[in-house]
Amino acid sequence: MALLQAESVSFSYDKSVNAVNGVSLSVNEGEYVAIIGHNGSGKSTLAKLFNGLIKPDQGNVIVDGFSVLEKKDTFEIRKRVGVVFQNPDNQLVASIVEDDVAFGPENLGIPREEIKQRIDFALSAVGMEKFRRSSPTRLSGGQKQRIAIAGVLALKPKILILDESTAMLDPQGRKEVLEVVRKLNKEQKVTVITITHYMEEVVEADTVYVMNDGEIAMQGTPTEIFKQKEKLESFGLDLPVATQIAKKLIERGVAIKSDILTEKQLAEELCALKLKI
Amino acid sequence: MRIEVKDLTYSYGESKALSVRALDGVSLVVEEGEFLGIIGHTGSGKTTFVQHLNGLIKLKKNCGSIKIGDFELGDKKCDFKALRASLGMVFQYPEYQLFAETVYDDVAFGVKNFMPNLPEQTVREMVKDALFTVGVDYEKIKDKSPFELSGGQKRRVAIAGVIVTKPEVLVLDEPVAGLDPVGKREFIALLHRLKKEFVKTIILVSHDMNLVAENCTKTAVFEHGKIQAVGTPAQIFSDYERIKNLGLDLPVTAFLNRELEKAGKGVQNDLTVDGFIDSVCKKFRGGTL
Repeated sequence: MALLQAESVSFSYDKSVNAVNGVSLSVNEGEYVAIIGHNGSGKSTLAKLFNGLIKPDQGNVIVDGFSVLEKKDTFEIRKRVGVVFQNPDNQLVASIVEDDVAFGPENLGIPREEIKQRIDFALSAVGMEKFRRSSPTRLSGGQKQRIAIAGVLALKPKILILDESTAMLDPQGRKEVLEVVRKLNKEQKVTVITITHYMEEVVEADTVYVMNDGEIAMQGTPTEIFKQKEKLESFGLDLPVATQIAKKLIERGVAIKSDILTEKQLAEELCALKLKI
Repeated sequence: MRIEVKDLTYSYGESKALSVRALDGVSLVVEEGEFLGIIGHTGSGKTTFVQHLNGLIKLKKNCGSIKIGDFELGDKKCDFKALRASLGMVFQYPEYQLFAETVYDDVAFGVKNFMPNLPEQTVREMVKDALFTVGVDYEKIKDKSPFELSGGQKRRVAIAGVIVTKPEVLVLDEPVAGLDPVGKREFIALLHRLKKEFVKTIILVSHDMNLVAENCTKTAVFEHGKIQAVGTPAQIFSDYERIKNLGLDLPVTAFLNRELEKAGKGVQNDLTVDGFIDSVCKKFRGGTL
């Protein structure tokens, strides 16, 4: 059975327009899922439905056998689904890094010894052990976001949801966060659901869902999704920059593969070309 | 208007022991007509720098000089209202700047504040113009509350409130953060359109290296409150090690150029996508040729 199952989920903020409209999808354990869509397409609402922050008006979300509609299940779901939001400054609560990471497990009433272990685990998973006793305010954006992720990891969630968690970061900070997430997915088998406007981040995913007007408009692997430029554009989206360049080169008669997704793949193709004499 | 900043220094915090130096001897000239991209990691001083340009952060005594056209910002007699009418500032997430009851009042606020005593008819024409320029329907939107608009519309209305005085210089801090790809593309197109109309100089702070490489004529790199390098995007992004050490990354075109160079097949260093494609087509044999 899927780890997370959304069954015809609908939700409306104003009781007239559905922000999420009849969405069904299932996420398997260990899967890396990307959700993309234009501003206002319902992506973030979906994320909030996934951890029970808001309840569906219709349909249901089942996480690891627990239903978001059951009040008694809420705690179990929160333990399993951790969310990292856009701005780390809104998510950090304590004045010392380790206290911040401990906040979640303390709330769950976990014994002191185990909390210590969880802090060790979470900080080393994001590569921030050295900053254990630092003040979060003194850290860079990427470091702060990694602490926010550590705070979520300390709850040992099965699912990590990133809701535009790299939008405010500089390029190095983005790289740091993405690498940590990739590692957690590959090595710790944490299931990842990432919501992003950066098409480059989507390339990593096993499955991509494209949201439009609260509904799932497309679904597939990154390769399948980025084959459909016109359709993506009609939903307010775009191809990754490397794919855009590759496509234009092919139109100009340059012989390279048509399924380029990353700058590394494109560089390899270009380096293999023969020079004009 | 030429912008000339000399030896600008600024510290946050009053007491010497606790103060943090955000800017440390920054000097920069921006000529009229330039499209300047300011890059640098989080906390490098970019935002503090641009907030000096319209006097939002006051220039302190003995902390350098800022000259914008004929405005001497250190001068006690500097007319900041007039300055702000001709140097528009768009902050991060400008939609949070909206405050009035109607879209009309919000956009008109800039005019009434910076250019007092204009007849209401003139103000109305200016508001109409500004909303038209950013691509929203004046009649449909003028009486709405700015808070009932969608994210993209809010951002447009916020920009209209800045360009309503037809500023010659437009300064934007992370203007595309949080926008979806098409929203971003439309926003960049709007900047180029403005630059063809009344805006002469654009200064833009961004973490998006592709955006800077594609659109800017000049790039300044900040680190630890200092400008570490100024040059064309091609010059700035030619030194990968340095860019990496500054917490930044290469735009895709510069990355491809670098890989090609390593393979002994470097192409002309034009970092716009179209320029890069042209030089690849010139250098390499096509599939069927």
